[in-house]
Amino acid sequence: MEEQLHKMAAEAKEALARADSLEALEEIRIRYLGKKGELTRVLRGMNALPAGERPRIGQLANSIREVLEKELAERTAEVKARFKQARLAAESIDITLPGTPFLPGKKHPLTTVQEEIEEIFLGLGFSIAEGPEVELDYYNFEALNLPKDHPARDMQDSFFIGPEVLLRTHTSPVQVRTMERTAPAVPVKVIAPGKVYRRDDDATHSPMFHQVEGLAVDRRITFGDLKGVLDVFAREMFGESTRTRFRPSYFPFTEPSAEVDISCVMCGGKGCRVCSHTGWLEILGCGMVHPRVLEMSGYNSAEVTGFAFGMGIERIAMLKYGIDDLRLFFDNDLRFLAQF
Amino acid sequence: MRVSFKWLQEYVDIPISPAELADRLTMAGLAVEGLEEPGKEISNVVTGRIVKIEPHPNADKLVICLVATGEPELRQIVTGATNVREGHVVPVALEGARLAGGLVIKRAKLRGVESRGMLCSGQELGLDPKTMPADQAHGIMILPADTPLGLDIRSVLGLDDVIFELDLTPNRGDCLSMIGVAREVAALLGQSLRFPRLEVQEMPGSSLEGRVRVDILEPELCRRYVARLFTNVRVGPSPLWMQERLRAAGIRPISNVVDITNYVMLELGQPLHAFDYDRLKDGHIIVRRAHPGEVIVSLDGVERHLEPEMLVIADPGGAVAVAGIMGGLDTEVTENTTTVLLESAYFHPTSIRRTSRALGLRSESSTRFEKGIDLEGCLAAANRAASLLVEIGAGEVVAGAVDNYPSPVARKPIILRPERVGYILGADIPREETVNLLARLGFTVQDAGQDLLVNVPSYRVDINLEIDLIEEVARLYGYDRVPATLPFGVTTRGARTREQSLLKRLKEVLVECGLTEVVTYSFVNPAVFDRFKVPQDSPLRHTLKLQNPLSVEQSVMRTMLLPGLLEVLERNFNRRVTSGAIFEVGRVFLPQGGEALPEERPMLAAAAMGQGAAGWNRSATPLDFYYLKGVLEVLAAKLGLPGLTFEREKENSAFHPGRAARIKAQGETLGIVGELHPDVLEEYELEVRVCAFEVDLAALFALAGKPSQYRPLPRFPGVKRDIALVVSREVPAADVLRVIRRAGGHLLRSVELFDVYEGEQVREGCRSLAFSLLFQADDRTLTDAEVTAQTEAISAALVREVGAELRK
Repeated sequence: MEEQLHKMAAEAKEALARADSLEALEEIRIRYLGKKGELTRVLRGMNALPAGERPRIGQLANSIREVLEKELAERTAEVKARFKQARLAAESIDITLPGTPFLPGKKHPLTTVQEEIEEIFLGLGFSIAEGPEVELDYYNFEALNLPKDHPARDMQDSFFIGPEVLLRTHTSPVQVRTMERTAPAVPVKVIAPGKVYRRDDDATHSPMFHQVEGLAVDRRITFGDLKGVLDVFAREMFGESTRTRFRPSYFPFTEPSAEVDISCVMCGGKGCRVCSHTGWLEILGCGMVHPRVLEMSGYNSAEVTGFAFGMGIERIAMLKYGIDDLRLFFDNDLRFLAQF
Repeated sequence: MRVSFKWLQEYVDIPISPAELADRLTMAGLAVEGLEEPGKEISNVVTGRIVKIEPHPNADKLVICLVATGEPELRQIVTGATNVREGHVVPVALEGARLAGGLVIKRAKLRGVESRGMLCSGQELGLDPKTMPADQAHGIMILPADTPLGLDIRSVLGLDDVIFELDLTPNRGDCLSMIGVAREVAALLGQSLRFPRLEVQEMPGSSLEGRVRVDILEPELCRRYVARLFTNVRVGPSPLWMQERLRAAGIRPISNVVDITNYVMLELGQPLHAFDYDRLKDGHIIVRRAHPGEVIVSLDGVERHLEPEMLVIADPGGAVAVAGIMGGLDTEVTENTTTVLLESAYFHPTSIRRTSRALGLRSESSTRFEKGIDLEGCLAAANRAASLLVEIGAGEVVAGAVDNYPSPVARKPIILRPERVGYILGADIPREETVNLLARLGFTVQDAGQDLLVNVPSYRVDINLEIDLIEEVARLYGYDRVPATLPFGVTTRGARTREQSLLKRLKEVLVECGLTEVVTYSFVNPAVFDRFKVPQDSPLRHTLKLQNPLSVEQSVMRTMLLPGLLEVLERNFNRRVTSGAIFEVGRVFLPQGGEALPEERPMLAAAAMGQGAAGWNRSATPLDFYYLKGVLEVLAAKLGLPGLTFEREKENSAFHPGRAARIKAQGETLGIVGELHPDVLEEYELEVRVCAFEVDLAALFALAGKPSQYRPLPRFPGVKRDIALVVSREVPAADVLRVIRRAGGHLLRSVELFDVYEGEQVREGCRSLAFSLLFQADDRTLTDAEVTAQTEAISAALVREVGAELRK
């Protein structure tokens, strides 16, 4: 009997070693370890053994069962692992095939840049003001210290609707409207983005374009504050290493006035084609609000001062994205718009 | 304004390089746009006299010149030029010479004859033909006969110079002159200014008495008129040095007399005009307004029709010049002129500006008058011209000058509070420095207690207020020296308004839905209304019109956005981009009776054609009506709008009558969505279907922003049932849904339409609709019987109310 058990164990082990599928393993389990399996069958013959032998044979049978069960479990795990490996290997996909496409919607680059400018100034405590695009001569010129026949009106050739009504040539009238609404209260801190119109159409001018105006009026706003705010803007917009340069200039509605250059975004100031080898790029005009403008808008220029600035969004976007043709913004070729 | 570095040094010592000076000027507000070195490319070109001209043995169009260039031997040069004669002094490019544009001259044989150099034109030396005498503009340049031979042409023609291209701001009319720029340079560098010679050597015993009379009938428009008389004038070319300077400034030399007027204008900023005295009636100058219908032929030969608001210079016989803008042809100085009346006057900037605009005529002179010249400088300029006339030997000066200056006004000094400088700038500039900076600009400063009294020189017409002085101080002090600070004071909250936030969100949602934003012009062609099939009586045709459009395509303000979007699709379609979904947010302009300004209504529009993204594993979504409807529904959900409803719209002529709907929310119409009418698509030559919507943003935003309200998650499982039914095509799905919802009662949590089928298996004129129903209760698990009862109730209602036939 003992011999029988050993023989069976050897057979079972060999069968286990040979089995290479879960089905085969299950068959082996049933054959040797099942209720009607070999082991049971052998044990059933125990009655024929002398009583003294039984415990020893019983122990042997149990240890054989344990060994076989353990081996079966191991083999099953092995086979399962191999099958999983095989499945994974078979399921390999071409990861270079393109991903599932979505309809790629994009904001217009001018919107993206405008929102970026807005975020910077919102962070500096400015709010966003709006004003009409069809504007009164008074707000567009007169109240900005540009009386009729002022030579500086030539700088902004206008589209007229009537003798006193025109398409605004800059976002500056929003300054006046905002001050009129707020005066004599301070502080005023707004930016005013929007469309503006000038009677110009060539490679570098579009009859419609976009500006962002900025205005701060308070009891003690200085030219130094203007420099500080625009420094922050330039660094946030074009990167930490951007430097600014303030050059004296002239606008009828600010004094002192300045043009602001930033260190060239392409070459960092060394000089390249983009900056005409000057190292600098002009990005905006600004200055201290002219006392006459403050007065006309209802402020006492002895008590409050202010600064204002204005920049072209197209210009900023062109620098930011390296766009070399202004007209692309209004051509709306979907292949262009998809790039931003 | 073009400024010669060499010429500038006549008035001020400049101890720094041209490049450094350019930088200093730019940083002081006189932007230098560019530096030009005219002689940079030129080498080995010298002056030479043509000693002999012989015919070429082998060519009719060539001649052989023997040229003396100061070398021991004559040089043989073959030329095809036709304007050279024996005895002419000309620029000669020697072998190895370099000319403008990089041309190198080598020894050559021309038709068998050796040529050792080349005779040069002005253009070959880099000169602008516009600044050359007309007869030499395209031929060989002829130099004065007394020019020494063998000299480097760069020094002879003043090409060894640097020209500053100044981009002046409109307030700095005073810098439209060499002396004005020199003043700035002197102030910047702390140098002193050398003013040109003004003493006039008048003809002994001569007198103006009885020969010149000036009457100013419009003293408001002509505040001063100075006249001088030149006799024994010999009109001819001006000396080379004068021509050279005029050319450097971009002005063509004409004759000595005219060149003097231009020279003094460039030097002092005072425009001058020379009349042929003998052609002026009675030597009598009358400054008056033009008579109605008066006509003058100006120097450029054009007949000018004058208006009574225009100022003219006249003699008793009629207008002889358009004041300050251009002289008349009749009294022009010609080679026969022997006596000249010189005008040096002050005309009112606004008057000049208006006349110049009305006539479409701008000149160097009008440009200066418009900006305001130095009222106190008229006599000095006339004297400077007289002095030059004698200096170059072009004539003699009659003693005395007429100076008609009806009401001289002394300028009031300006009070400057020194502490105000620091207050505005945020920089600590000591009082003495302020005084010093102003003094350097030629302002005289006196103490007046705490304050300063500043007298501004007459040529600085742009300085009238304290703030103007502060800017001058800041400019000279240096903007870069003002420390950058951040404003302090009351903290302000930077935040978008509700509408601004909604707009930003709206754009984000649309982009997420696959639409691309476009920006189109606000002005459109009035023909868009026909193209877009807008009815003749529609208020949309009532537009705001531009008085001076650039073209008819941009001549009226838009009253709707969709035509602009169609043009974008059209343009893309023509470029073979045949699929796309776009949107635009912008204002439309609606005239309001009785109001100066129109209503500017913010609108949203979208248009789509073709198909959405498709790939190897996914078929494309058609960008059709249902796509845009879905976009609107997502938009409504994301912006917190109450649910949208859609009502069939058959009347809008731009849309397909069977494929359009009014978009409504809470009973209010927000806009329209639909497929565009084939008639419209044909207008735009779009060979695909296009769907579109246009929505009133104000109405949309008014309803938006409904806050989300939490509902507890279901605690008991729901039961799903599908039903399918066949109904007439005429029954809208919305009606079927309404019936289901009503009959389903409160246990029916959701209904989704998941299939629509028309075809063989369904009766003609009918379609099959399949819905997925979810039943759920808050307080218990529903029993099968309950759900079945509910489903049967729904089926019964469908049969009863919309004539549906249930499919099993």
